[in-house]
Amino acid sequence: MKAAKGRVFKYGDNVDTDVIIPARYLNSSDPAELAQHCMEDIDKGFIDKVHKGDIIVATKNFGCGSSREHAPIAIKAAGVSCVIAETFARIFYRNAINIGLPIVECPEAAQAIEAGDEVEVDFDSGVITDVTKGTTYQGQAFPEFMQKIIAAEGLVNYINTTQSHADLG
Amino acid sequence: MGMTMTQKILAAHAGLSQVEAGQLIEADLDLVLGNDITSPVAIKEMEKMKVDGVFDKDKIALVPDHFVPNKDIKSAEHCKCVREFAKRNEITNYFEVGQMGIEHALLPEQGLTVAGDVIIGADSHTCTYGALGAFSTGVGSTDMAAGMATGKAWFKVPSAIKFNLTGKPSEWVSGKDVILHIIGMIGVDGALYKSMEFTGDGIANLTMDDRFTIANMVIEAGGKNGIFPVDELAISYMKEHSTREYKIYEADADAVYDEEYTIDLSTLRPTVAFPHLPENTKTIDEIKEYIKIDQVVIGSCTNGRLDDLRIAAKVLKDRHVAEGMRCIVIPATQTIYLQAMEEGLLKTFIEAGAIVSTPTCGPCLGGYMGILAEGERCVSTTNRNFVGRMGHVNSEIYLASPAVAAASAVAGKISCPCKLS
Repeated sequence: MKAAKGRVFKYGDNVDTDVIIPARYLNSSDPAELAQHCMEDIDKGFIDKVHKGDIIVATKNFGCGSSREHAPIAIKAAGVSCVIAETFARIFYRNAINIGLPIVECPEAAQAIEAGDEVEVDFDSGVITDVTKGTTYQGQAFPEFMQKIIAAEGLVNYINTTQSHADLG
Repeated sequence: MGMTMTQKILAAHAGLSQVEAGQLIEADLDLVLGNDITSPVAIKEMEKMKVDGVFDKDKIALVPDHFVPNKDIKSAEHCKCVREFAKRNEITNYFEVGQMGIEHALLPEQGLTVAGDVIIGADSHTCTYGALGAFSTGVGSTDMAAGMATGKAWFKVPSAIKFNLTGKPSEWVSGKDVILHIIGMIGVDGALYKSMEFTGDGIANLTMDDRFTIANMVIEAGGKNGIFPVDELAISYMKEHSTREYKIYEADADAVYDEEYTIDLSTLRPTVAFPHLPENTKTIDEIKEYIKIDQVVIGSCTNGRLDDLRIAAKVLKDRHVAEGMRCIVIPATQTIYLQAMEEGLLKTFIEAGAIVSTPTCGPCLGGYMGILAEGERCVSTTNRNFVGRMGHVNSEIYLASPAVAAASAVAGKISCPCKLS
């Protein structure tokens, strides 16, 4: 699997899907349009600051709240290559995997990495490297089944190739 | 090793005699649900799949409820997309304006959810049906698409937290206070990835509507699902509403739980969650400050059922909302609306200076029908009080029961029926 590399945007606990993509924009399902409002209610102007490949790092329970897949879709379409958090809310976790947005759980990295750091993530090993600080962390590698879904760029492509979810690795 | 109630339902739907926490399984689905926000994305994803239509036209429920009656052109286009998909695939359970209601109040009422089911819905409050002893959980649009296409979903088998409920709630304490108390106790990620299994003789003192409210908000503690044992009350509810066969699962006596809590319902007090997290709870007795309120919303998948409206009407009867107060009452389904009308509840609301709306999720998620301006405060019977959830990022939502919401509408500040003259 590929790796991610980029500058970090750092957030705290309980970043909910309402601030990731406010419901007032949910009358659209167009990824590019959703990306324009990504993180708007927690970090106004995020879309003007983010560059392709950048990484979001947050602490506990990232993506809590609504089941809207528009949240990981907006993050992915904004160019973010990976989200690292102490923990993810479970529906966001599923949704991210299902649409092929790489996410990694790693409490140590989530605590230590700071905004603006340059960070590299190897999805196969789960190793996170803070290039700025010269530190490495071991994130939780995905079970093989989830790695396959991410590698296929989402559940739809995965099902198209396997005809079921049954290959649970 | 013994299994929890949730694990037993999942094992049966995966064709396995035994499952354990952490195991990845593929389970057969009894129902796949979507609404007007999540279904269009799911439909688009499903069209990319190499499948001929849906797995079973009777096991899919499509309920446009968030932005209907259509709030703007884009929402109208989304609803049109869902409507045409339903027609094209001959979906039995598509609910048009006029038949629709807020999905999680509507589906049990229509008898589409029964004990023993495995249900996924592209809406986080799909966990509501655990009140009937089903495994039900919220997913995203892609899972909904895969579910509609294959009739299956992948799950990581959850571990569980057990909540032993004892005693009888006192007057003005309802299911909302129970679940707010629990979320305040364990936090918004206290049950992350886990089942919340309710048990104990106190459950007999909770109405079905109380149980729906409690199961509805387990997601606010991060829970994967919430589940109640199937007792006589649940059975009579299912017999009244459904022709489907239900199946009762019980946790093994030696089932293992990560944690266990005992809650004496008689000790609970009306509870309010302060901005901006459902875990920021205070009992009504702990609120000493004067918190002026601009708007009250009574409704939603959490508290828009008949019991909720009856309680609100009891408080508002022969009273009037405070000057400048906007009080919005939203019966959750057409049936509830009609019953409320026949019981005279709507008359009470209107005479009290409240408005009554057709069923919609509208204000709960800041869609329409009650958006807050900068600096405004709302007491709401809904389920989330996140930053900007109901409008401006500098507005505030206080989550409470219908009793507290109605009393606050009268007092113009956070209040309780016990404090009204």
